[in-house]
Amino acid sequence: MSDILTIAEHRQGELRDVSLELLTAGAELAEETGGDLHVAVISGDVDRYAEGLDREGVDAIHTVAYGEEFNHDVYTQAVTQLVDSLEASYVLGANSVNGLDYLPAVATRLDVPLVTDVVALETAGETLTATREMYGGKVETTVDVEGTPVVVSIRGAEWPIAEGEGSAAVEAFDAEIDEDAIGSSVNGFEEVAGGDVDISEADLLVSVGRGIDEEENLELIEELAAALGATMSSSRPIVDAGWLPANRQVGQSGKVVTPEVYIAIGISGAVQHVAGMKGSETIVAINTDPNAPIMDIADYAIHDDLFDVVPALIEQFS
Amino acid sequence: MKILVTVKEVATVDDAFEIDGTAIDERYLSADLNEWDDYAIEEAVQLSEDGIVDEVVTVTIGDEDTEQTIRQALAKGADRAIRVWDDALEEVDLLDVGAKVAILEAVVAAEEPDLVLTGVQSGDDSFGATGVALAEAVGTQWAAVVNQLDLDNGADVASVHRELEGGLEELTDVDLPAVLSIQTGINEPRYASLRGIRMAQRKELDHQTLADLGVDAGDVAGDLELTSMYEPESESDTTVFEGSADDTAGQLAELLREKGVAQ
Ligand SMILES: Cc1cc2nc3c(=O)[nH]c(=O)nc-3n(C[C@H](O)[C@H](O)[C@H](O)COP(=O)(O)OP(=O)(O)OC[C@H]3O[C@@H](n4cnc5c(N)ncnc54)[C@H](O)[C@@H]3O)c2cc1C
Repeated sequence: MSDILTIAEHRQGELRDVSLELLTAGAELAEETGGDLHVAVISGDVDRYAEGLDREGVDAIHTVAYGEEFNHDVYTQAVTQLVDSLEASYVLGANSVNGLDYLPAVATRLDVPLVTDVVALETAGETLTATREMYGGKVETTVDVEGTPVVVSIRGAEWPIAEGEGSAAVEAFDAEIDEDAIGSSVNGFEEVAGGDVDISEADLLVSVGRGIDEEENLELIEELAAALGATMSSSRPIVDAGWLPANRQVGQSGKVVTPEVYIAIGISGAVQHVAGMKGSETIVAINTDPNAPIMDIADYAIHDDLFDVVPALIEQFS
Repeated sequence: MKILVTVKEVATVDDAFEIDGTAIDERYLSADLNEWDDYAIEEAVQLSEDGIVDEVVTVTIGDEDTEQTIRQALAKGADRAIRVWDDALEEVDLLDVGAKVAILEAVVAAEEPDLVLTGVQSGDDSFGATGVALAEAVGTQWAAVVNQLDLDNGADVASVHRELEGGLEELTDVDLPAVLSIQTGINEPRYASLRGIRMAQRKELDHQTLADLGVDAGDVAGDLELTSMYEPESESDTTVFEGSADDTAGQLAELLREKGVAQ
Protein backbone atom coordinates (compact mmCIF):
# COMPACT_ATOMS: atom_id res chain seq x y z
CA MET A 1 0.00 0.00 0.00
CA SER A 2 1.45 3.26 -1.09
CA ASP A 3 -0.09 6.60 -0.23
CA ILE A 4 -0.15 9.48 -2.65
CA LEU A 5 0.29 13.14 -1.76
CA THR A 6 -0.63 15.81 -4.28
CA ILE A 7 0.23 19.47 -3.74
CA ALA A 8 -2.36 22.00 -4.85
CA GLU A 9 -1.41 25.22 -6.57
CA HIS A 10 -3.15 28.57 -6.31
CA ARG A 11 -2.46 32.12 -7.34
CA GLN A 12 -3.96 35.45 -6.35
CA GLY A 13 -6.82 33.82 -4.51
CA GLU A 14 -7.75 31.17 -7.05
CA LEU A 15 -7.00 27.46 -7.18
CA ARG A 16 -5.32 26.71 -10.49
CA ASP A 17 -6.89 24.06 -12.75
CA VAL A 18 -3.84 21.85 -12.46
CA SER A 19 -4.67 21.35 -8.76
CA LEU A 20 -7.79 19.42 -9.83
CA GLU A 21 -5.94 17.60 -12.61
CA LEU A 22 -3.46 16.47 -9.97
CA LEU A 23 -6.34 14.91 -8.05
CA THR A 24 -7.27 12.81 -11.08
CA ALA A 25 -3.68 11.66 -11.56
CA GLY A 26 -3.38 11.02 -7.83
CA ALA A 27 -6.64 9.06 -7.67
CA GLU A 28 -5.55 6.85 -10.56
CA LEU A 29 -2.27 6.07 -8.80
CA ALA A 30 -4.00 5.47 -5.47
CA GLU A 31 -6.30 3.00 -7.16
CA GLU A 32 -3.30 1.10 -8.54
CA THR A 33 -1.39 1.05 -5.27
CA GLY A 34 -4.38 0.57 -3.00
CA GLY A 35 -3.20 3.55 -0.96
CA ASP A 36 -4.88 6.74 0.19
CA LEU A 37 -5.00 10.02 -1.68
CA HIS A 38 -3.85 12.98 0.39
CA VAL A 39 -3.91 16.59 -0.78
CA ALA A 40 -1.94 19.45 0.68
CA VAL A 41 -2.75 23.10 0.25
CA ILE A 42 -0.26 25.64 1.51
CA SER A 43 -0.56 29.42 2.13
CA GLY A 44 -3.44 31.78 1.44
CA ASP A 45 -7.07 31.04 2.24
CA VAL A 46 -6.44 27.36 2.82
CA ASP A 47 -9.87 26.49 4.21
CA ARG A 48 -11.66 27.90 1.17
CA TYR A 49 -9.21 26.11 -1.12
CA ALA A 50 -9.82 22.89 0.82
CA GLU A 51 -13.52 23.10 -0.04
CA GLY A 52 -12.63 23.34 -3.72
CA LEU A 53 -10.28 20.37 -3.44
CA ASP A 54 -12.78 18.07 -1.79
CA ARG A 55 -13.50 15.86 -4.78
CA GLU A 56 -14.36 12.22 -5.18
CA GLY A 57 -11.48 9.92 -4.30
CA VAL A 58 -9.71 12.32 -1.96
CA ASP A 59 -9.18 10.80 1.47
CA ALA A 60 -7.62 13.69 3.37
CA ILE A 61 -6.83 17.35 2.86
CA HIS A 62 -3.98 18.90 4.83
CA THR A 63 -3.97 22.65 5.19
CA VAL A 64 -0.86 24.64 6.00
CA ALA A 65 -1.87 28.17 6.93
CA TYR A 66 1.30 30.20 6.51
CA GLY A 67 1.76 33.32 4.40
CA GLU A 68 -0.42 34.43 1.52
CA GLU A 69 1.17 33.57 -1.80
CA PHE A 70 3.63 30.94 -2.95
CA ASN A 71 7.07 31.08 -1.34
CA HIS A 72 9.40 28.24 -2.30
CA ASP A 73 11.06 28.00 1.11
CA VAL A 74 7.73 27.63 2.87
CA TYR A 75 6.54 25.06 0.33
CA THR A 76 9.76 23.07 0.52
CA GLN A 77 9.66 22.93 4.30
CA ALA A 78 5.96 22.11 4.52
CA VAL A 79 5.99 19.43 1.82
CA THR A 80 9.06 17.61 3.14
CA GLN A 81 7.51 17.55 6.61
CA LEU A 82 4.22 16.27 5.23
CA VAL A 83 5.92 13.50 3.27
CA ASP A 84 7.74 12.39 6.41
CA SER A 85 4.69 12.59 8.60
CA LEU A 86 2.35 10.79 6.17
CA GLU A 87 5.03 8.44 4.90
CA ALA A 88 3.74 9.21 1.43
CA SER A 89 5.20 7.14 -1.41
CA TYR A 90 4.45 9.37 -4.37
CA VAL A 91 4.46 13.15 -4.25
CA LEU A 92 2.71 14.79 -7.19
CA GLY A 93 2.94 18.46 -8.04
CA ALA A 94 2.42 20.64 -11.09
CA ASN A 95 5.10 21.09 -13.72
CA SER A 96 4.38 24.80 -13.56
CA VAL A 97 6.75 27.70 -13.06
CA ASN A 98 6.19 27.46 -9.31
CA GLY A 99 6.28 23.67 -9.34
CA LEU A 100 9.74 23.92 -10.84
CA ASP A 101 10.66 26.40 -8.11
CA TYR A 102 10.13 24.01 -5.19
CA LEU A 103 9.69 20.36 -6.27
CA PRO A 104 13.38 19.87 -7.21
CA ALA A 105 14.30 21.20 -3.76
CA VAL A 106 11.83 18.81 -2.10
CA ALA A 107 13.32 15.82 -3.95
CA THR A 108 16.86 16.88 -3.11
CA ARG A 109 16.07 17.54 0.55
CA LEU A 110 14.40 14.12 0.87
CA ASP A 111 17.20 12.58 -1.21
CA VAL A 112 14.72 10.86 -3.51
CA PRO A 113 14.30 10.67 -7.31
CA LEU A 114 12.53 13.39 -9.29
CA VAL A 115 10.70 12.96 -12.60
CA THR A 116 9.44 16.14 -14.25
CA ASP A 117 6.94 17.07 -16.95
CA VAL A 118 5.21 13.70 -16.91
CA VAL A 119 2.29 13.01 -19.26
CA ALA A 120 1.34 9.50 -18.09
CA LEU A 121 1.98 7.43 -14.97
CA GLU A 122 1.71 3.80 -14.02
CA THR A 123 2.86 1.66 -11.13
CA ALA A 124 3.61 -2.02 -10.95
CA GLY A 125 4.83 -3.27 -7.60
CA GLU A 126 7.76 -1.13 -6.57
CA THR A 127 8.26 0.37 -10.01
CA LEU A 128 6.86 3.66 -11.23
CA THR A 129 6.79 4.08 -14.99
CA ALA A 130 6.50 7.65 -16.19
CA THR A 131 5.99 8.82 -19.75
CA ARG A 132 7.68 12.05 -20.80
CA GLU A 133 8.82 13.75 -23.96
CA MET A 134 12.27 14.62 -25.21
CA TYR A 135 13.66 16.82 -27.98
CA GLY A 136 10.83 19.36 -27.84
CA GLY A 137 8.12 16.74 -28.21
CA LYS A 138 9.60 14.87 -31.15
CA VAL A 139 9.83 11.63 -29.19
CA GLU A 140 8.12 10.13 -26.20
CA THR A 141 10.02 8.08 -23.65
CA THR A 142 9.23 5.91 -20.68
CA VAL A 143 11.41 6.00 -17.60
CA ASP A 144 11.31 3.57 -14.71
CA VAL A 145 11.98 4.53 -11.12
CA GLU A 146 12.43 1.86 -8.45
CA GLY A 147 11.35 2.28 -4.86
CA THR A 148 9.68 5.09 -2.97
CA PRO A 149 9.28 7.93 -2.26
CA VAL A 150 9.41 9.58 -5.67
CA VAL A 151 8.64 13.20 -6.52
CA VAL A 152 6.79 13.73 -9.80
CA SER A 153 5.68 16.87 -11.59
CA ILE A 154 2.86 16.45 -14.08
CA ARG A 155 2.22 18.44 -17.23
CA GLY A 156 -0.93 20.56 -17.21
CA ALA A 157 -4.03 19.58 -19.19
CA GLU A 158 -2.97 15.93 -19.57
CA TRP A 159 -5.38 14.60 -16.94
CA PRO A 160 -9.01 15.67 -16.74
CA ILE A 161 -10.18 17.85 -13.90
CA ALA A 162 -11.52 15.79 -10.97
CA GLU A 163 -15.27 16.15 -10.71
CA GLY A 164 -17.69 14.77 -8.16
CA GLU A 165 -18.00 15.96 -4.60
CA GLY A 166 -15.92 14.23 -1.96
CA SER A 167 -16.07 13.75 1.76
CA ALA A 168 -12.45 14.12 2.72
CA ALA A 169 -11.30 14.88 6.22
CA VAL A 170 -9.79 18.36 6.38
CA GLU A 171 -6.95 18.65 8.88
CA ALA A 172 -4.70 21.56 9.71
CA PHE A 173 -1.10 20.40 9.46
CA ASP A 174 1.16 22.04 11.96
CA ALA A 175 4.24 22.56 9.81
CA GLU A 176 7.21 23.98 11.64
CA ILE A 177 8.37 26.75 9.37
CA ASP A 178 11.89 27.89 10.18
CA GLU A 179 11.78 31.56 9.30
CA ASP A 180 15.57 31.90 9.35
CA ALA A 181 15.73 29.48 6.45
CA ILE A 182 13.54 31.68 4.27
CA GLY A 183 16.02 33.35 1.96
CA SER A 184 13.76 34.94 -0.59
CA SER A 185 10.80 37.25 -0.40
CA VAL A 186 8.11 38.02 -2.93
CA ASN A 187 7.50 41.76 -3.17
CA GLY A 188 4.66 41.77 -5.65
CA PHE A 189 3.41 40.95 -9.09
CA GLU A 190 3.41 42.77 -12.37
CA GLU A 191 1.31 42.24 -15.48
CA VAL A 192 3.19 42.34 -18.75
CA ALA A 193 2.11 45.41 -20.74
CA GLY A 194 -1.21 44.97 -22.56
CA GLY A 195 -0.62 47.14 -25.61
CA ASP A 196 -2.90 48.08 -28.50
CA VAL A 197 -3.95 44.70 -29.88
CA ASP A 198 -5.75 41.97 -27.98
CA ILE A 199 -4.97 38.76 -29.86
CA SER A 200 -7.44 36.84 -27.70
CA GLU A 201 -10.28 38.74 -29.42
CA ALA A 202 -9.35 37.79 -32.99
CA ASP A 203 -11.33 35.33 -35.15
CA LEU A 204 -8.41 34.61 -37.43
CA LEU A 205 -4.82 34.52 -36.18
CA VAL A 206 -1.84 34.30 -38.45
CA SER A 207 0.86 33.15 -36.05
CA VAL A 208 4.53 33.11 -36.90
CA GLY A 209 7.43 31.20 -35.36
CA ARG A 210 11.15 30.78 -35.63
CA GLY A 211 10.77 29.32 -39.11
CA ILE A 212 10.61 32.92 -40.35
CA ASP A 213 14.36 33.12 -39.74
CA GLU A 214 14.94 36.88 -40.00
CA GLU A 215 13.20 40.00 -38.82
CA GLU A 216 12.78 41.46 -42.31
CA ASN A 217 10.89 38.32 -43.37
CA LEU A 218 8.13 39.27 -40.95
CA GLU A 219 6.91 41.66 -43.66
CA LEU A 220 5.70 38.64 -45.56
CA ILE A 221 3.48 37.59 -42.65
CA GLU A 222 2.26 41.18 -42.19
CA GLU A 223 1.28 41.17 -45.83
CA LEU A 224 -0.60 37.91 -45.36
CA ALA A 225 -2.40 39.23 -42.29
CA ALA A 226 -3.43 42.34 -44.24
CA ALA A 227 -4.65 40.28 -47.21
CA LEU A 228 -6.71 38.01 -44.95
CA GLY A 229 -7.89 40.70 -42.58
CA ALA A 230 -6.26 38.65 -39.83
CA THR A 231 -4.42 39.52 -36.64
CA MET A 232 -0.78 38.61 -36.28
CA SER A 233 0.52 36.65 -33.30
CA SER A 234 3.66 34.63 -32.68
CA SER A 235 5.54 32.03 -30.72
CA ARG A 236 7.99 33.06 -28.06
CA PRO A 237 11.31 33.30 -29.96
CA ILE A 238 9.85 36.11 -32.09
CA VAL A 239 9.05 38.12 -28.97
CA ASP A 240 12.35 37.19 -27.29
CA ALA A 241 14.16 38.59 -30.32
CA GLY A 242 12.21 41.84 -29.99
CA TRP A 243 10.60 41.47 -33.41
CA LEU A 244 7.08 41.68 -32.00
CA PRO A 245 5.82 43.08 -28.67
CA ALA A 246 5.01 40.76 -25.74
CA ASN A 247 1.25 41.16 -26.21
CA ARG A 248 1.49 39.10 -29.42
CA GLN A 249 2.94 36.00 -27.76
CA VAL A 250 0.73 32.94 -27.67
CA GLY A 251 1.41 30.32 -25.01
CA GLN A 252 1.90 29.41 -21.42
CA SER A 253 3.70 32.62 -20.55
CA GLY A 254 1.88 34.64 -23.20
CA LYS A 255 -1.79 34.75 -24.08
CA VAL A 256 -4.38 32.01 -24.38
CA VAL A 257 -6.26 32.37 -27.67
CA THR A 258 -9.34 30.64 -29.06
CA PRO A 259 -9.86 31.97 -32.58
CA GLU A 260 -12.02 30.29 -35.19
CA VAL A 261 -8.91 29.61 -37.23
CA TYR A 262 -5.29 29.59 -36.04
CA ILE A 263 -2.64 29.38 -38.75
CA ALA A 264 0.71 28.33 -37.27
CA ILE A 265 3.47 29.25 -39.68
CA GLY A 266 6.95 27.89 -38.95
CA ILE A 267 6.01 26.96 -35.38
CA SER A 268 7.06 23.56 -34.02
CA GLY A 269 4.33 23.24 -31.42
CA ALA A 270 6.33 23.06 -28.19
CA VAL A 271 4.11 22.26 -25.21
CA GLN A 272 4.34 25.80 -23.84
CA HIS A 273 3.12 27.18 -27.14
CA VAL A 274 0.34 24.63 -27.53
CA ALA A 275 -0.90 25.52 -24.04
CA GLY A 276 -1.97 28.86 -25.46
CA MET A 277 -3.68 27.84 -28.70
CA LYS A 278 -5.01 24.31 -28.49
CA GLY A 279 -8.51 25.66 -27.84
CA SER A 280 -8.63 27.17 -31.33
CA GLU A 281 -11.58 25.86 -33.32
CA THR A 282 -9.56 25.00 -36.41
CA ILE A 283 -5.77 24.69 -36.44
CA VAL A 284 -3.77 24.94 -39.65
CA ALA A 285 -0.01 24.27 -39.67
CA ILE A 286 2.43 25.30 -42.36
CA ASN A 287 5.72 23.61 -41.62
CA THR A 288 8.50 21.90 -43.58
CA ASP A 289 8.73 19.20 -40.90
CA PRO A 290 5.92 16.65 -41.18
CA ASN A 291 6.95 15.28 -37.76
CA ALA A 292 6.76 18.58 -35.91
CA PRO A 293 4.64 18.19 -32.75
CA ILE A 294 2.20 20.85 -34.06
CA MET A 295 1.00 18.20 -36.53
CA ASP A 296 -0.45 16.21 -33.61
CA ILE A 297 -3.05 18.88 -33.01
CA ALA A 298 -3.41 20.39 -36.49
CA ASP A 299 -6.71 19.87 -38.32
CA TYR A 300 -5.15 20.89 -41.63
CA ALA A 301 -1.49 20.85 -42.58
CA ILE A 302 0.78 21.90 -45.39
CA HIS A 303 4.17 20.17 -45.29
CA ASP A 304 6.04 22.77 -47.27
CA ASP A 305 8.28 25.81 -47.11
CA LEU A 306 6.48 28.86 -45.77
CA PHE A 307 8.43 31.05 -48.21
CA ASP A 308 6.66 29.23 -51.06
CA VAL A 309 3.23 28.78 -49.50
CA VAL A 310 2.69 32.20 -47.93
CA PRO A 311 3.26 34.24 -51.13
CA ALA A 312 0.93 31.86 -52.98
CA LEU A 313 -1.69 32.34 -50.27
CA ILE A 314 -1.37 36.14 -50.45
CA GLU A 315 -1.88 35.81 -54.20
CA GLN A 316 -5.19 34.01 -53.57
CA PHE A 317 -6.58 37.02 -51.73
CA SER A 318 -5.36 39.90 -53.88
CA MET B 1 32.02 38.49 -7.41
CA LYS B 2 32.31 35.21 -9.27
CA ILE B 3 29.64 33.63 -11.49
CA LEU B 4 29.46 30.00 -12.52
CA VAL B 5 27.33 29.30 -15.60
CA THR B 6 26.23 25.80 -16.46
CA VAL B 7 26.57 25.29 -20.19
CA LYS B 8 25.17 22.26 -21.95
CA GLU B 9 25.60 20.99 -25.44
CA VAL B 10 22.25 19.63 -26.58
CA ALA B 11 21.35 17.42 -29.48
CA THR B 12 18.90 18.72 -32.06
CA VAL B 13 17.00 16.30 -34.26
CA ASP B 14 16.63 16.38 -38.04
CA ASP B 15 13.12 16.55 -39.53
CA ALA B 16 13.32 12.89 -40.49
CA PHE B 17 14.96 10.48 -38.06
CA GLU B 18 15.11 6.91 -36.84
CA ILE B 19 15.13 5.57 -33.33
CA ASP B 20 17.72 3.02 -32.39
CA GLY B 21 16.71 1.31 -29.13
CA THR B 22 16.35 4.04 -26.51
CA ALA B 23 18.13 6.75 -28.50
CA ILE B 24 17.79 8.61 -31.75
CA ASP B 25 20.28 7.27 -34.24
CA GLU B 26 23.35 9.55 -34.19
CA ARG B 27 23.12 10.21 -37.92
CA TYR B 28 20.09 12.40 -37.33
CA LEU B 29 21.50 14.49 -34.50
CA SER B 30 23.48 17.71 -34.51
CA ALA B 31 25.06 19.51 -31.59
CA ASP B 32 24.09 22.95 -30.41
CA LEU B 33 24.55 25.23 -27.43
CA ASN B 34 21.44 24.90 -25.26
CA GLU B 35 19.17 27.86 -26.08
CA TRP B 36 18.47 28.77 -22.44
CA ASP B 37 22.17 28.58 -21.48
CA ASP B 38 22.97 31.09 -24.21
CA TYR B 39 20.91 33.67 -22.31
CA ALA B 40 22.55 32.67 -19.02
CA ILE B 41 26.02 33.21 -20.52
CA GLU B 42 24.97 36.60 -21.89
CA GLU B 43 23.60 37.69 -18.52
CA ALA B 44 26.86 36.74 -16.79
CA VAL B 45 29.02 38.44 -19.41
CA GLN B 46 26.96 41.63 -19.19
CA LEU B 47 27.38 41.69 -15.40
CA SER B 48 31.09 41.28 -15.93
CA GLU B 49 31.18 44.12 -18.48
CA ASP B 50 29.28 46.30 -16.01
CA GLY B 51 32.06 45.71 -13.49
CA ILE B 52 29.76 43.89 -11.05
CA VAL B 53 31.32 40.50 -11.62
CA ASP B 54 35.05 39.75 -11.69
CA GLU B 55 35.06 36.31 -13.20
CA VAL B 56 32.70 34.20 -15.32
CA VAL B 57 33.43 30.47 -15.26
CA THR B 58 31.44 27.90 -17.23
CA VAL B 59 30.92 24.26 -16.37
CA THR B 60 29.86 21.57 -18.82
CA ILE B 61 29.24 17.88 -18.36
CA GLY B 62 30.27 16.41 -21.67
CA ASP B 63 32.83 14.51 -23.69
CA GLU B 64 35.64 16.03 -25.75
CA ASP B 65 33.28 16.83 -28.63
CA THR B 66 31.48 19.37 -26.48
CA GLU B 67 34.60 21.56 -26.47
CA GLN B 68 33.42 23.32 -29.63
CA THR B 69 30.29 24.42 -27.79
CA ILE B 70 32.29 25.43 -24.73
CA ARG B 71 34.54 27.56 -26.98
CA GLN B 72 31.41 29.38 -28.12
CA ALA B 73 30.73 30.40 -24.53
CA LEU B 74 34.35 31.47 -24.11
CA ALA B 75 34.15 33.44 -27.36
CA LYS B 76 31.12 35.27 -26.03
CA GLY B 77 33.13 36.45 -23.05
CA ALA B 78 33.32 33.78 -20.34
CA ASP B 79 36.77 33.83 -18.73
CA ARG B 80 37.45 30.13 -18.36
CA ALA B 81 35.72 26.78 -18.62
CA ILE B 82 35.53 23.49 -16.78
CA ARG B 83 34.51 20.32 -18.55
CA VAL B 84 33.63 17.22 -16.54
CA TRP B 85 33.82 13.84 -18.21
CA ASP B 86 34.61 10.33 -17.24
CA ASP B 87 34.28 6.80 -18.60
CA ALA B 88 31.60 6.18 -15.98
CA LEU B 89 29.46 8.83 -17.71
CA GLU B 90 29.88 7.23 -21.10
CA GLU B 91 27.70 4.36 -19.97
CA VAL B 92 24.84 6.41 -18.57
CA ASP B 93 21.76 6.38 -20.82
CA LEU B 94 19.96 9.22 -19.16
CA LEU B 95 21.82 11.64 -16.93
CA ASP B 96 19.00 12.59 -14.59
CA VAL B 97 18.72 15.57 -12.27
CA GLY B 98 20.24 13.77 -9.29
CA ALA B 99 23.27 12.68 -11.31
CA LYS B 100 23.88 16.15 -12.74
CA VAL B 101 23.58 17.67 -9.30
CA ALA B 102 26.11 15.24 -7.82
CA ILE B 103 28.67 16.51 -10.33
CA LEU B 104 27.78 20.20 -10.29
CA GLU B 105 27.69 20.22 -6.50
CA ALA B 106 31.34 19.19 -6.44
CA VAL B 107 32.24 21.93 -8.93
CA VAL B 108 30.43 24.54 -6.85
CA ALA B 109 32.27 23.34 -3.75
CA ALA B 110 35.59 23.79 -5.53
CA GLU B 111 34.81 27.13 -7.18
CA GLU B 112 32.70 28.79 -4.47
CA PRO B 113 30.85 31.15 -6.82
CA ASP B 114 28.61 33.95 -5.49
CA LEU B 115 26.06 33.26 -8.16
CA VAL B 116 25.29 30.26 -10.35
CA LEU B 117 23.29 30.78 -13.53
CA THR B 118 21.67 27.85 -15.31
CA GLY B 119 19.22 27.72 -18.19
CA VAL B 120 15.57 27.11 -17.23
CA GLN B 121 15.71 23.81 -19.09
CA SER B 122 17.70 22.04 -21.74
CA GLY B 123 16.23 21.55 -25.16
CA ASP B 124 16.80 17.79 -25.27
CA ASP B 125 15.79 16.12 -22.00
CA SER B 126 13.99 19.20 -20.59
CA PHE B 127 13.93 18.23 -16.93
CA GLY B 128 13.90 21.91 -16.00
CA ALA B 129 15.04 21.10 -12.49
CA THR B 130 18.83 21.09 -12.25
CA GLY B 131 19.23 24.68 -11.04
CA VAL B 132 16.86 24.45 -8.10
CA ALA B 133 18.04 20.97 -7.12
CA LEU B 134 21.64 22.19 -7.21
CA ALA B 135 20.82 25.16 -4.98
CA GLU B 136 19.26 22.88 -2.40
CA ALA B 137 22.20 20.47 -2.58
CA VAL B 138 24.78 23.19 -1.96
CA GLY B 139 22.59 24.98 0.57
CA THR B 140 22.15 28.31 -1.18
CA GLN B 141 19.08 30.25 -2.24
CA TRP B 142 17.53 30.07 -5.69
CA ALA B 143 14.93 31.34 -8.13
CA ALA B 144 13.51 29.51 -11.13
CA VAL B 145 12.50 31.04 -14.47
CA VAL B 146 14.14 34.43 -14.08
CA ASN B 147 13.53 36.95 -16.86
CA GLN B 148 15.01 40.03 -15.20
CA LEU B 149 18.00 40.30 -12.87
CA ASP B 150 19.08 43.41 -11.00
CA LEU B 151 22.31 43.13 -9.10
CA ASP B 152 24.34 45.96 -7.61
CA ASN B 153 28.02 46.06 -6.95
CA GLY B 154 28.75 44.29 -3.68
CA ALA B 155 25.08 43.52 -3.04
CA ASP B 156 24.12 40.51 -0.99
CA VAL B 157 20.65 40.33 -2.51
CA ALA B 158 19.60 39.84 -6.14
CA SER B 159 16.30 41.36 -7.27
CA VAL B 160 14.68 39.20 -9.90
CA HIS B 161 11.51 38.91 -11.90
CA ARG B 162 10.19 35.38 -12.23
CA GLU B 163 8.04 34.81 -15.26
CA LEU B 164 4.85 33.04 -14.21
CA GLU B 165 2.12 31.79 -16.51
CA GLY B 166 -0.24 34.07 -18.40
CA GLY B 167 1.84 37.22 -18.69
CA LEU B 168 2.32 37.64 -14.94
CA GLU B 169 5.69 38.29 -13.32
CA GLU B 170 6.68 37.80 -9.71
CA LEU B 171 9.08 40.33 -8.15
CA THR B 172 11.37 38.59 -5.71
CA ASP B 173 14.48 39.35 -3.66
CA VAL B 174 16.89 36.45 -3.28
CA ASP B 175 19.74 36.29 -0.78
CA LEU B 176 23.17 35.57 -2.25
CA PRO B 177 24.84 33.22 -2.89
CA ALA B 178 22.12 31.81 -5.12
CA VAL B 179 21.34 29.74 -8.16
CA LEU B 180 19.11 31.39 -10.76
CA SER B 181 17.59 29.56 -13.72
CA ILE B 182 17.49 31.96 -16.66
CA GLN B 183 14.59 32.27 -19.09
CA THR B 184 14.94 33.23 -22.75
CA GLY B 185 14.20 36.87 -23.53
CA ILE B 186 16.02 38.20 -20.44
CA ASN B 187 18.58 39.78 -22.79
CA GLU B 188 19.74 39.58 -26.35
CA PRO B 189 22.52 37.00 -26.63
CA ARG B 190 25.43 38.21 -28.72
CA TYR B 191 27.05 36.40 -31.58
CA ALA B 192 30.67 35.54 -30.93
CA SER B 193 32.90 38.05 -32.70
CA LEU B 194 35.90 36.92 -34.72
CA ARG B 195 38.12 38.51 -32.11
CA GLY B 196 36.19 36.65 -29.40
CA ILE B 197 36.64 33.37 -31.23
CA ARG B 198 40.38 33.97 -31.54
CA MET B 199 40.69 34.89 -27.89
CA ALA B 200 38.66 31.86 -26.84
CA GLN B 201 41.38 29.59 -28.19
CA ARG B 202 43.74 30.93 -25.55
CA LYS B 203 41.38 30.67 -22.61
CA GLU B 204 41.66 27.89 -20.07
CA LEU B 205 39.47 24.85 -20.64
CA ASP B 206 40.07 22.53 -17.77
CA HIS B 207 39.07 18.87 -18.02
CA GLN B 208 38.14 17.15 -14.77
CA THR B 209 37.23 13.57 -14.00
CA LEU B 210 34.87 12.34 -11.31
CA ALA B 211 37.89 11.33 -9.27
CA ASP B 212 39.33 14.87 -9.56
CA LEU B 213 36.09 16.17 -8.12
CA GLY B 214 35.76 13.44 -5.52
CA VAL B 215 32.45 12.23 -6.97
CA ASP B 216 31.59 8.58 -6.59
CA ALA B 217 30.76 6.81 -9.88
CA GLY B 218 27.69 5.34 -8.16
CA ASP B 219 26.26 8.84 -7.72
CA VAL B 220 26.08 9.48 -11.45
CA ALA B 221 24.28 6.27 -12.33
CA GLY B 222 21.04 8.11 -11.62
CA ASP B 223 17.67 6.94 -10.36
CA LEU B 224 15.81 7.00 -13.66
CA GLU B 225 16.12 4.25 -16.20
CA LEU B 226 15.18 5.03 -19.77
CA THR B 227 13.14 2.03 -20.92
CA SER B 228 11.69 3.04 -24.27
CA MET B 229 11.64 5.74 -26.91
CA TYR B 230 9.12 6.04 -29.71
CA GLU B 231 7.41 8.58 -31.92
CA PRO B 232 4.22 9.85 -30.32
CA GLU B 233 0.98 8.84 -31.97
CA SER B 234 -0.85 11.69 -33.59
CA GLU B 235 -4.06 12.52 -31.75
CA SER B 236 -5.81 14.39 -34.53
CA ASP B 237 -7.05 13.39 -37.93
CA THR B 238 -5.04 15.90 -39.86
CA THR B 239 -6.06 16.66 -43.41
CA VAL B 240 -2.83 17.21 -45.30
CA PHE B 241 -3.10 19.49 -48.32
CA GLU B 242 -1.02 17.98 -51.11
CA GLY B 243 0.54 19.40 -54.24
CA SER B 244 2.59 22.43 -55.24
CA ALA B 245 2.63 25.55 -53.10
CA ASP B 246 0.02 27.06 -55.41
CA ASP B 247 -2.20 24.00 -54.99
CA THR B 248 -1.93 23.87 -51.22
CA ALA B 249 -2.40 27.63 -50.90
CA GLY B 250 -5.53 27.31 -53.06
CA GLN B 251 -6.95 24.59 -50.82
CA LEU B 252 -6.20 26.61 -47.70
CA ALA B 253 -7.80 29.71 -49.27
CA GLU B 254 -10.93 27.70 -49.96
CA LEU B 255 -11.02 26.47 -46.37
CA LEU B 256 -10.67 30.01 -45.00
CA ARG B 257 -13.50 31.23 -47.23
CA GLU B 258 -15.67 28.28 -46.22
CA LYS B 259 -15.11 29.09 -42.56
CA GLY B 260 -16.05 32.66 -43.32
CA VAL B 261 -12.92 34.10 -41.70
CA ALA B 262 -11.43 35.58 -44.89
CA GLN B 263 -12.86 36.82 -48.18
C1 LIG C 1 8.81 28.20 -18.83
C2 LIG C 1 8.67 28.33 -20.32
C3 LIG C 1 7.64 29.10 -20.84
C4 LIG C 1 7.47 29.22 -22.24
N1 LIG C 1 6.44 29.95 -22.74
C5 LIG C 1 6.21 29.98 -24.07
C6 LIG C 1 5.09 30.67 -24.66
O1 LIG C 1 4.29 31.29 -23.96
N2 LIG C 1 4.93 30.64 -26.01
C7 LIG C 1 5.79 29.98 -26.83
O2 LIG C 1 5.58 29.99 -28.07
N3 LIG C 1 6.87 29.35 -26.33
C8 LIG C 1 7.11 29.34 -24.98
N4 LIG C 1 8.22 28.70 -24.49
C9 LIG C 1 9.24 28.24 -25.45
C10 LIG C 1 8.95 26.92 -26.09
O3 LIG C 1 9.50 25.89 -25.29
C11 LIG C 1 9.62 26.84 -27.50
O4 LIG C 1 10.99 27.13 -27.36
C12 LIG C 1 9.03 27.79 -28.52
O5 LIG C 1 7.62 27.71 -28.52
C13 LIG C 1 9.55 27.44 -29.91
O6 LIG C 1 9.06 28.36 -30.85
P1 LIG C 1 8.96 28.01 -32.40
O7 LIG C 1 8.01 26.89 -32.57
O8 LIG C 1 8.65 29.28 -33.10
O9 LIG C 1 10.45 27.60 -32.77
P2 LIG C 1 11.06 26.19 -33.12
O10 LIG C 1 10.73 25.20 -32.07
O11 LIG C 1 12.48 26.45 -33.42
O12 LIG C 1 10.28 25.75 -34.44
C14 LIG C 1 10.45 26.33 -35.70
C15 LIG C 1 9.65 25.50 -36.68
O13 LIG C 1 9.71 26.10 -37.96
C16 LIG C 1 9.82 25.12 -38.95
N5 LIG C 1 10.43 25.75 -40.12
C17 LIG C 1 11.70 26.18 -40.26
N6 LIG C 1 11.88 26.76 -41.46
C18 LIG C 1 10.69 26.69 -42.11
C19 LIG C 1 10.23 27.12 -43.39
N7 LIG C 1 11.04 27.75 -44.24
N8 LIG C 1 8.96 26.87 -43.72
C20 LIG C 1 8.11 26.24 -42.87
N9 LIG C 1 8.48 25.82 -41.65
C21 LIG C 1 9.76 26.05 -41.27
C22 LIG C 1 10.66 24.04 -38.33
O14 LIG C 1 10.42 22.80 -38.95
C23 LIG C 1 10.17 24.06 -36.87
O15 LIG C 1 9.12 23.15 -36.68
C24 LIG C 1 8.39 28.57 -23.11
C25 LIG C 1 9.43 27.81 -22.56
C26 LIG C 1 9.57 27.68 -21.19
C27 LIG C 1 10.67 26.84 -20.65
